[in-house]
Amino acid sequence: MGEEAAPVRARGLVKRYKEVLAVDHIDLNVRAGDVYGFLGPNGAGKTTTLRMALGLITPTEGTVELFGRDPLREGARALEGVAGFVEAPRFYPYLSARKNLQLLAALDGDGAAARIDEVLEIVELSARAGHRVGGYSHGMRQRLGISAALLRRPRLLILDEPATGLDPAGMRDMRTLIRRLAGEGITVLLSSHQLPEVQELCDRVAIVDSGRVVYEGALADLRRQGGAGYRLRTTDDARALTVALGQDGIEHAAVGEQGLGFQAQEREVGELSLALARAGVGILALTPELATLEDLFFRLTEGNDGQGSPAVAANGLTPPSAPPSTGQAVEIG
Amino acid sequence: MSSAAAASPLAAPIQRRRRRPSTLTVYRWELRKLISQKRTYLGLALVVILPLFFVIFQSIHQRHDHGPGNIFAAQITQSGLATPVLMLLFLSAFLLPVVALLVAGDIVANEDGNGTLKTILTRSVDRGQVFAAKALTAMTYAAIAVFLSAAVATAAGVASWGFHSITTYSGTVVSAPEALLLVFAANAVYLIPLLTLVSIGLLLSTATRNSAAAVVGAIGLVILLFIVAQIPGLEGIQPYLLTEQFQNWQGLLRTPTDWAPIAHSAWVCALYALPALFAGYLVFLRRDVAGG
Repeated sequence: MGEEAAPVRARGLVKRYKEVLAVDHIDLNVRAGDVYGFLGPNGAGKTTTLRMALGLITPTEGTVELFGRDPLREGARALEGVAGFVEAPRFYPYLSARKNLQLLAALDGDGAAARIDEVLEIVELSARAGHRVGGYSHGMRQRLGISAALLRRPRLLILDEPATGLDPAGMRDMRTLIRRLAGEGITVLLSSHQLPEVQELCDRVAIVDSGRVVYEGALADLRRQGGAGYRLRTTDDARALTVALGQDGIEHAAVGEQGLGFQAQEREVGELSLALARAGVGILALTPELATLEDLFFRLTEGNDGQGSPAVAANGLTPPSAPPSTGQAVEIG
Repeated sequence: MSSAAAASPLAAPIQRRRRRPSTLTVYRWELRKLISQKRTYLGLALVVILPLFFVIFQSIHQRHDHGPGNIFAAQITQSGLATPVLMLLFLSAFLLPVVALLVAGDIVANEDGNGTLKTILTRSVDRGQVFAAKALTAMTYAAIAVFLSAAVATAAGVASWGFHSITTYSGTVVSAPEALLLVFAANAVYLIPLLTLVSIGLLLSTATRNSAAAVVGAIGLVILLFIVAQIPGLEGIQPYLLTEQFQNWQGLLRTPTDWAPIAHSAWVCALYALPALFAGYLVFLRRDVAGG
């Protein structure tokens, strides 16, 4: 028996709305078992790409296959084993959550109706299942969206900004649920601009900007490619900066609240420490730091020249414009 | 979120083929959605209230003068079975089309606007199934409106003036049971142009993605065709106007039955309905669903 086709495989996807190029030759490769982050600023083309993947809109060019099937050509058959939502999940406000799920289960067939209680339990909506969805909060609708997706017992779960609008506890619960689903072998394609969420959950990412993929691959590789950064605390940071700026191989040196940040190879770090000693600057601490996803995201997306052709270096990254940050990753847009 | 039910697998086994739902299932759920919406009952309330109002008004005023040449108006107090015929005569030109269009014009556009179209199109049903179910639902609603109106008019008329024989357009007296059958058949024949209008409403609902535009557009078409029918010099196209088919059910109320206008109505309506349905289907199949 042959190897199973990839959960998502997109080639040269283009979507043009008159003069606006929303998606510009996007390739995606989501492998079985991935928790795949689909990152990008607002308007980057994430949702449009997901709509094309689910067969909701027709690509201007290119193809997308889910487990080897094209939703445009094969319709509902291509969505077997696939579930999720694009933008906010939508339900019939005049029906209760249970009735909504009964309706969707009827449209799923395959015994989905028997799983309604189970999926309501998972998202903790059992107690409110009889209430009309029109009265639900945004967070409850998000959870109902997840439960509606789980009715299909998916092998691929496509979630578009699932944590948007949730309170911190809701976001934590959503992350826990996604981890659990991934743990059960469900491939997750997670579109988000919540960088901590992606950094915590995803093993592979695609970063899109202005409709184009500016990076696709393992998150760990991306962070490695971001270059080694260092944070240096000294007895005289201002003088240390002057010394660092005079050293070959020391890049993007800048003094911040946490001390002197810079990027360099290991050999240059050794030479810098000797130079600092010669200059009478004492080293209190030297800490290596990997670039955060936030740093890398900004480097990739803000390096775009605005003409739909991002300035991507050979290793997939733009030259860094700042030393790695030690701060918490933040929500974009 | 709970970790309950963790034992039960949430993911489907690989390579397992799903049993997909039938169009009948989708249709059933379209009907359930329709039943759950308050506005569904607005149109039905109108088609119930008007015959009741008519009968009450007639009973109080005992009016017999419904204009020369209308044989059923002259029989209004002689047989309760004249009431549904008269009501169909009054309501068929405008009110029943409006009531039918309230649902037909809304049934796709509303879901598009609310974003629920994308919810159902990412399940295990094809677009063609969804369109077929929506078309059937809109037509079912139109049929319910017509027969509900007829049933209420018949019940109210019979309760007020009895279950008696009536005289048809050709002057033949038909027994009460036969007249009841003719009333039912007349309403069924009236469905031919009405369902054609529903098909046009459905096309507009799919193409415009706007309920109001679809309903107003289809009603505007009806008004336009009425105006065209009145323009001197255009008598040649009159038999082919959709609105002219609204009264062709009257062929049933002659003895022997005049099938010519009914057959004419059937093929003329087919010329409107089939392209409208096919165009609506194609638009629905190929459209981008990005609403909501």
